[in-house]
Amino acid sequence: MWTFFHKLASPKYFYALSGRLIPWFGVVTVLLFGYGLYDGLVLAPSDYQQGDSYRIIFIHVPAAWMSMFIYMVMAGAGAIGMVWKIKLADIMAASCAPLGASFTFLALVTGSLWGKPMWGTWWVWDARLTSELMLLFLYLGYIALQAAIDDTRTAARASTVLALVGVVNIPIIHYSVVWWNTLHQGSTVTKLGAPSIATSMLIPLLVMALAFKLYFITVVMMRARTVLLERERGSSWVREVLLQP
Amino acid sequence: MTLTEFLHMGGYAFYVWTSYGLAAVILIANLLVPMVNARRQRRDLIGKLRREGLA
Repeated sequence: MWTFFHKLASPKYFYALSGRLIPWFGVVTVLLFGYGLYDGLVLAPSDYQQGDSYRIIFIHVPAAWMSMFIYMVMAGAGAIGMVWKIKLADIMAASCAPLGASFTFLALVTGSLWGKPMWGTWWVWDARLTSELMLLFLYLGYIALQAAIDDTRTAARASTVLALVGVVNIPIIHYSVVWWNTLHQGSTVTKLGAPSIATSMLIPLLVMALAFKLYFITVVMMRARTVLLERERGSSWVREVLLQP
Repeated sequence: MTLTEFLHMGGYAFYVWTSYGLAAVILIANLLVPMVNARRQRRDLIGKLRREGLA
């Protein structure tokens, strides 16, 4: 097990392994999106209160889950890189940020597009919405910090500290609907007891969530490979990789 | 269900399709960026190797 992790942390091994995995992850992602979209937009019935507007859920909720999940991966990878000085972990953390910011933005905008017809407003300073907006600013701060510091190790350390401080925001987002009595509805899936959503709607939701997750894994590997090659360009394995057809 | 009904989304077409459209744009853009970068990087690095006379 540990030998595997040591091997995985070696740039050359990761480059080769991710190169073989990306096509498979890509194909599964496309299949899941295909099924999830068909099930969510065509097969799932209309909601008895919200009509068809509820179908935004199949984008909004997976995007919101990903926004928090990616943040934890980013902070975790950054911490691993900082403690054990693993270059690949730093690269992973940095590769997460633009994707996390994109999903956060998507969650916020689709939330707005859902809020307008259902709540009658694009935006309210509700605890859930505000803490998710904070998450977007944390991602943007992280990206700006990475870009502002030329030395890669200093950049990794500084941005990881920011990411770790920002972790406190994640439970706030998750429990905001419990702690404060706000406009945003409570959890329907991730709560104790059975999810309060019809199975015909739950299945496309979970399929879409899985599709988003696999999409993230695929793209984060692609990003990490480019950064890895750039940082390791002087080494002999990169030369070998480049000279292969 | 007809295609028109499907596209109409029970009167919520603007909100639903804007959400899905934006999701598509964001996901495709995030996929294309590393693909384009990898291609350009490969070309640059190979060019550099050639100039150094290592290839």
